[in-house]
Amino acid sequence: MKLTLKIWRQKNAEDKGAIVDYPIDGIEPDMSFLEMLDVLNEQLINKGEEPVAFDHDCREGICGMCSLFINGEAHGPDRGVTTCQLHMRMFKDGDTIFIEPFRAKAFPVIKDLVVDRSSFDRIQHAGGFISVNTSGNTIDANTIPINKHDADMAFDAATCIGCGACVATCKNSSAMLFVSAKVSQYALLPQGRIEATDRVLNMVHQMDAEGFGNCTNTGACEVECPKGISLENIARMNREYLSASLKG
Amino acid sequence: MALDSKIPHGPISDKWTDYKDHINLVNPANKRNLDVIVVGTGLAGGSAAATLAELGYNVKAFCFQDSPRRAHSIAAQGGINAAKNYQGDGDSVFRLFYDTVKGGDYRAREANVHRLAEVSANIIDQCVAQGVPLAREYGGLLDNRSFGGTLVSRTFYAKGQTGQQLLLGAYSAMNRQIGRGKIKMYNRHEMLDLVIVNGKARGIIARNLITGEIERHSAHAVVIGSGGYGNVFFLSTNAMGSNATAAWKIHKKGAFFANPCYTQIHPTCIPVSGDHQSKLTLMSESLRNDGRIWVPAKLEDAKAIREGKKKPTDLSEEERDYYLERRYPSFGNLVPRDVASRAAKERCDAGFGVNKTGEAVYLDFAAAIQRYGKEQAYIKGLDANDKNLVIKLGTEVVENKYGNLFQMYLKIVDENPYVTPMMIYPAVHYTMGGTWVDYNLMTTIPGCFSIGESNFSDHGANRLGASALMQGLADGYFVLPYTIGDYLSPDIKMGEISTDLPEFVEAEKAVKDQIEKFLNNNGTHSVDHFHKKLGKIMWDKVGMARNAKGLNEAIVEIAALREEFYRDVKVPGKANEFNQELEKATRVADFLELGELFAKDALHRNESCGGHFREEYQSADGEAQRDDENFAYVAAWEYKGKPSDAVLHKEELVFDNIKLVTRSYK
Repeated sequence: MKLTLKIWRQKNAEDKGAIVDYPIDGIEPDMSFLEMLDVLNEQLINKGEEPVAFDHDCREGICGMCSLFINGEAHGPDRGVTTCQLHMRMFKDGDTIFIEPFRAKAFPVIKDLVVDRSSFDRIQHAGGFISVNTSGNTIDANTIPINKHDADMAFDAATCIGCGACVATCKNSSAMLFVSAKVSQYALLPQGRIEATDRVLNMVHQMDAEGFGNCTNTGACEVECPKGISLENIARMNREYLSASLKG
Repeated sequence: MALDSKIPHGPISDKWTDYKDHINLVNPANKRNLDVIVVGTGLAGGSAAATLAELGYNVKAFCFQDSPRRAHSIAAQGGINAAKNYQGDGDSVFRLFYDTVKGGDYRAREANVHRLAEVSANIIDQCVAQGVPLAREYGGLLDNRSFGGTLVSRTFYAKGQTGQQLLLGAYSAMNRQIGRGKIKMYNRHEMLDLVIVNGKARGIIARNLITGEIERHSAHAVVIGSGGYGNVFFLSTNAMGSNATAAWKIHKKGAFFANPCYTQIHPTCIPVSGDHQSKLTLMSESLRNDGRIWVPAKLEDAKAIREGKKKPTDLSEEERDYYLERRYPSFGNLVPRDVASRAAKERCDAGFGVNKTGEAVYLDFAAAIQRYGKEQAYIKGLDANDKNLVIKLGTEVVENKYGNLFQMYLKIVDENPYVTPMMIYPAVHYTMGGTWVDYNLMTTIPGCFSIGESNFSDHGANRLGASALMQGLADGYFVLPYTIGDYLSPDIKMGEISTDLPEFVEAEKAVKDQIEKFLNNNGTHSVDHFHKKLGKIMWDKVGMARNAKGLNEAIVEIAALREEFYRDVKVPGKANEFNQELEKATRVADFLELGELFAKDALHRNESCGGHFREEYQSADGEAQRDDENFAYVAAWEYKGKPSDAVLHKEELVFDNIKLVTRSYK
């Protein structure tokens, strides 16, 4: 396959940045999108140019490190995958592909396609946990039976990989899907109920402080989420937040 | 220097309890005066950092990823073992201990493994208390599955994302401590050297990967939880960034490196598709619970399939060779990983491989879909003879159990595994070898600890499935927090350690010099070029089957490649900026040394055991032949300037509780 890549290049956080064109040839359909970028980078290095910086690590869709806004979509045109799981068979010979970083005020660009998502970590510091020490004296795991349906829903919420596709996709750069997934995981489990009130208030407060936008329920985040995190989580968080605010 | 494993005296089941009763403790007020550096935030590092902070130590945690949640433990799929015996199928601490020692082909240290089995049940309690959503049955209790090398169901799981859920549990525990200021988190930082002051580990030199700044960090103890070195093969199931630099740097500063040749080649990975391949993807071993592995029984069928003239579903039962079930009737598809991998290689080498490259076997779910489908039809009172209905119901059950794995396969291979069998082939997955540690998990450098995959202690020559998560969390949550206290107790009045000490200055200079050298080298080839070459030597000559001739060649070739690398590598960009090529260069430089030691270790071990298979040492029917008389020891290598000069130290393994027998799964 022969392609034209239009890639966002930005030297560092201060640089203004611009789209740069890179023609590329010899791309095979079985390559992953990131392997295609590996090929480009190898060529750039051999030509004495600087390779394109992009985040990636596990390359199997679970670490959440890879990002990339491809042809206007977070993680590209395929559904239910991260960029590392996107394969070139999704594109046609002769295609032009725009590759940009995830853009949001709360995700400043570090270099080229690499952004800083530490705002997600700070939201978790504010309440993404159950306060139980590692004493080794916790009660036997089976003393709290949990309804399978609730356990499965908690699990589904917990499969969020924290990639930020929801934020990049949202026209308001809202982090509601991400935050609500964590709030839901704990809200659905008896262990998590104890601190539910403080958790939702603290996490939402931190989310606002980081500069994420508001949710206007367009549902675009759910469509682009590589893990299929459901909008129901946002509804659940809104209920949790309302009842916590009334208590609080 | 004689190796002292510091195993406590007394009966094996009392050792850990007695040890905990008699160690020195640090009082809570004094813990505030002690700093601990933890490098790596996977299950081992993350759980250690959280627990040490809960206890009151000041923790500085480092990871190269942009968040601790992304460490590669996240990719572990199948499950975590624990001797809970919830299924009432005869499990016990002793049985988990026994299975792990046997599974490791009798090359692990008994006392460490027993301790691991003892604390295993507690891990599940801890994780559930943290809100980790492990799989449950309809009655609300925890579910289990079975894994290779065992005859009980002791594996807890969360679909095919167990590692993710456990890591997010440890991450949440870290978050609580980061929020309280007890953990200072350094994301996007890479440790590039260890600092030793007066013979003790007192800090590290790290590079801020965003700014490129070289930083000095001091502490009263340093804990390495940086994972394994599987990426020495270039292609592995490890993450792209997984590296051995932290472990190798401490080795170069005096920590012995144990059993580097013990590498796990995992039997169920997606086969290589072409030269562009950047990494390999694991399909969880849990799939072997329900999937049946086979190749065509006749060579002409295998050839026809390779040429696309036949499909696997065209072959009748009689035309298939379920070779694991044939060779190992009692364990069948659930033999341990090393056995399953070699059996796949044997069939493919004999010409029965089923993909274009001839290096793939089938993993087939048709029988499981039938079985589950019928069961569901009975439960729901539907017609169990309705073929389409049975397939539909059975597919739903399989999807519920392994959905994410099947989806992953579909996306990578572009074939629907519910309809046609998956193709799999072995790939490098885990490294049992690692820094040598004593019972306290301390390396041969006082104050420098090594936990999780980065140490060598619990898995011997082969790790059983679902045991890595167990070991990582056991070390971090329940073992290190005790042993490190005993070590730190004399340091309570020491106060903060200055980073202006000459040892820090010197270590920082060495790191900066190496970086400058790379950037000014002006060679002709990229780092990946050399890494791929190294990987090829390792896979061809130090891979699934090894022999003396190949190993001798590998040693020479790796040394030559290393020289070429330093002469001809090209690293673009600058030191004081975000520079991913520079990151790779420092990592590959270490792999180029480690690979040679790896081959040297494999050459010296004149036996076959676990993941180390020497072609010269096999039985008539191709099974591994161990030599307990001469090789029942841990090979701990001391760094002496070059890998070829490394000096061997032996820790004899004493088996008081388990009798050494030929490992059989027939």
